[in-house]
Amino acid sequence: MSNTATARKISPEVSVSQNASPMKIVVVGHVDHGKSTLVGRILNETGALPEGKVEYLKEVCDKRGMPFEWAFVMDALQAERDQGITIDTAQIRFRTEARPYVIIDAPGHKEFLKNMVSGAASAEAAVLVIDAHEGVQEQSRRHGYLLHLLGLRQIAVAVNKMDLVDFSQDRFEEVKAEIVAYLNSIGVEPTYVIPVAARSGANIASIAAETPWYTGPSVLGALDRFEPAKPLTDLALRLPVQDVYKFDERRIIAGRIESGRLKVGDTLVFSPSGKMAKIATIETWGNSLASVSAGAGQSVGITLDEQIFVERGNVASLEHHLPHQSHDLKARVFWLGRGPLKVGSRYKLKLATAEHVVDVVAIERVIDVEDLANHQGSEVARNAVAEVVFRAKSPIAHDSFVDNPRLGRFVLVEGYDIVGGGVIAETPSEEARSRSSHVTVVPHKVDSETRAIANGHRGGVVWLTGLSGAGKSTIAMEVERQLFLKGWQVTVLDGDNVRTGLCGDLGFSDPDRAENIRRVGEVAHLFAEAGMVVVTSFISPFRADREKVRAINPDAFHEVFVATGLNECERRDPKGLYKKARAGEISYFTGIGSAYEAPALPELALATEGKSVDESVADLLRYIENAFSLSAREQANGWGL
Amino acid sequence: MNDLDALESQSIYILREAFNRLDKIAMLWSIGKDSNVMLWLARKAFFGHVPFPVLHVDTKHKIPEMIEFRDRVAKEWNLPLIVGENTEALAAGMGPHNGRVECCTALKTEGLKALLASHGFTGVIAGIRRDEEGTRAKERVFSPRNQSAEWDFKDQPPEFWDQFKTDFAPGTHLRIHPLLAWSELDVWRYIERENIPMVDLYFARDGRRYRSLGCAPCTGSVASTASTVAEIIEELETTKISERSGRAQDKESEDAFERLRAGGYM
Repeated sequence: MSNTATARKISPEVSVSQNASPMKIVVVGHVDHGKSTLVGRILNETGALPEGKVEYLKEVCDKRGMPFEWAFVMDALQAERDQGITIDTAQIRFRTEARPYVIIDAPGHKEFLKNMVSGAASAEAAVLVIDAHEGVQEQSRRHGYLLHLLGLRQIAVAVNKMDLVDFSQDRFEEVKAEIVAYLNSIGVEPTYVIPVAARSGANIASIAAETPWYTGPSVLGALDRFEPAKPLTDLALRLPVQDVYKFDERRIIAGRIESGRLKVGDTLVFSPSGKMAKIATIETWGNSLASVSAGAGQSVGITLDEQIFVERGNVASLEHHLPHQSHDLKARVFWLGRGPLKVGSRYKLKLATAEHVVDVVAIERVIDVEDLANHQGSEVARNAVAEVVFRAKSPIAHDSFVDNPRLGRFVLVEGYDIVGGGVIAETPSEEARSRSSHVTVVPHKVDSETRAIANGHRGGVVWLTGLSGAGKSTIAMEVERQLFLKGWQVTVLDGDNVRTGLCGDLGFSDPDRAENIRRVGEVAHLFAEAGMVVVTSFISPFRADREKVRAINPDAFHEVFVATGLNECERRDPKGLYKKARAGEISYFTGIGSAYEAPALPELALATEGKSVDESVADLLRYIENAFSLSAREQANGWGL
Repeated sequence: MNDLDALESQSIYILREAFNRLDKIAMLWSIGKDSNVMLWLARKAFFGHVPFPVLHVDTKHKIPEMIEFRDRVAKEWNLPLIVGENTEALAAGMGPHNGRVECCTALKTEGLKALLASHGFTGVIAGIRRDEEGTRAKERVFSPRNQSAEWDFKDQPPEFWDQFKTDFAPGTHLRIHPLLAWSELDVWRYIERENIPMVDLYFARDGRRYRSLGCAPCTGSVASTASTVAEIIEELETTKISERSGRAQDKESEDAFERLRAGGYM
């Protein structure tokens, strides 16, 4: 057995990156299916073992009168060798020509789920090892399910011990069909399924002669094709406050940027207080260059322009892109506690740097990871997975796991111990939404990028707000006409028009106005999702109502303030409504009997006074074309698909 | 962000968690390269301050250059240094002639335990790394020790999503390991990038250098011509010899180091 690295050619699609962070790989699978053997082999084939390690272990084996096993390479602890099972997660490094790796050997024994989670939660890709002879077993499914739950999407399946089934293609296809069927049923598409004999090294580093029928990559080839995790710089800014320091005259707010970016001058909103302040400086020490911006993954310290109260557990975000806040959380939980999780029990929930006391309100279903059947239950046993609703005393700032994994996951603490983890399934923050909490969102098969490429522009909501008579409808209708002539997918939702159908049952009281706006907002976002530019024309006088519409999808929402003053509107009075309101014939008329709350920070303000309709239309068209058109590069990328 | 930025950021996050979540913490300073890097990271994390005591357990068998370096740097960086020793064992003449594992246990482990107990520390930050050695590979970032400082490596708490164990029963304490994810090569590349001062013993003289520093009687040098940080990096990129190969106490028996660590060694 050679202890030197096997020279391997890397395929052209594998990019070579030196000095990159090592990719974290977790190896999981049922007990005795050969995880440690596979890892020992990988280390040997990549030349990662210290000189003399294999010889030393062989010597130890000789002394004990037992045959050498590749698994011993991983089992550095005496206790492990005695019990013959891997006790804990270990991290071991190796390097291919493509990049460095850290491999996490997770134990297959049922008792050690917590260690598997401890390893797998930080992994970027996984190898699921299955014994070709035994086929898919309980832990194969359980681990597959947990990888999915933890958000891992890059999974290679190694069908191991092919030497014990004479490298039979039929047997391989049987096992492959079985595991692929299971993984597909939980929404996972394994990236590669590889026939392997870890003991002899077949298909580990290079393609073996014994499997001429196999055309995919070797295990190392598969790993090299996985994508490294990227810092979440493209998501909304989330900076959970870790601490506030006053070592000297500076008051430094310290934390790690979990997602997004920030820069000096940005206005931060701190959840849950809602307090706002601007970033004055980004502090550094030593030979680090002073910086004016920072992004996801960086541990930073900032000072603010105002001395607002900020404490550990607060989450800083940018305006219009705030996390959800609610007392209730619904999450998929994996339970590691010795005793069961029960309805009515109280735990400490740790989400980012925040801690909340929560009660278990409901266990909606307990999921049997074997057959994926749902069970009703009032408790969740150790190592089980369930959908659980928690209620906190104070609102919890969070995202759903799908939107932002960093703010969409938490651990539960009972007494002194971490007893479980959860990913937030949905956010029943708005009462209206929670009423239909049994609705499951069905994902579209045509995504918004595809629609945008087909249309040549993005979809979104252009929300015109302003007093009656400000010119909203006039501008909206002309913008619609001109965009339509240019071939855009565009429509207008107009106040008076929806009141005849969609909102025909509503009046003009404050609650009815709020409901009117809520419905229109939902409909507008549906059109936007379908790829259209939706121009809406509603007085929508209340800031809170407009913010709720924005919150449906902040990225697609563009608030346009048609800033015509009250005097000018009253002078125009195109429908004679001001006259009637002044005469007392209409009560609650905006601007007279009811308030109009102008937007504080609209995406665009149209000063119509002293301008022609055409000029205002041109202003808005320019904004829309800037905000919604695809760049040449985006279009080219799209065509490249 | 490159890989060193990512490691630095994660270590700073860990140091800040320890400082925020634990009442009384201290940092172990062995004068070796790892703990020098750790001190540097602490100064970064806390913007030039080291807001907790820095502990050095003196076995009185250390190589003299190490002690000189300690006193000089402590003064220059204005470190809150506390030096401890197991006076009883030293008075009784404890040394490697009593057995290497026995000596380590008495002078380092017991010396450390006494120091922690006398100051009532609930957390101690140590610069161990997973790639150093098999048992350290199994460590958690926040690793609890019972009242007698023992490590139960068979039943460690779960640790994921950077949510660390920060709640523990009275009487127990935590070891915090901010450098767990670093490799020896990462450490030297970071030393080069940040220009962190190091004891001269690491740099080759007359064809030999120290790769790992400990007590004089139990720490051997290795054959090397690497006399600068850049040359050490070059050497490490190709070597297959393990880092602790010069540390005699690890080799007393097959499981010597594991037993040392389970008993409370760093």
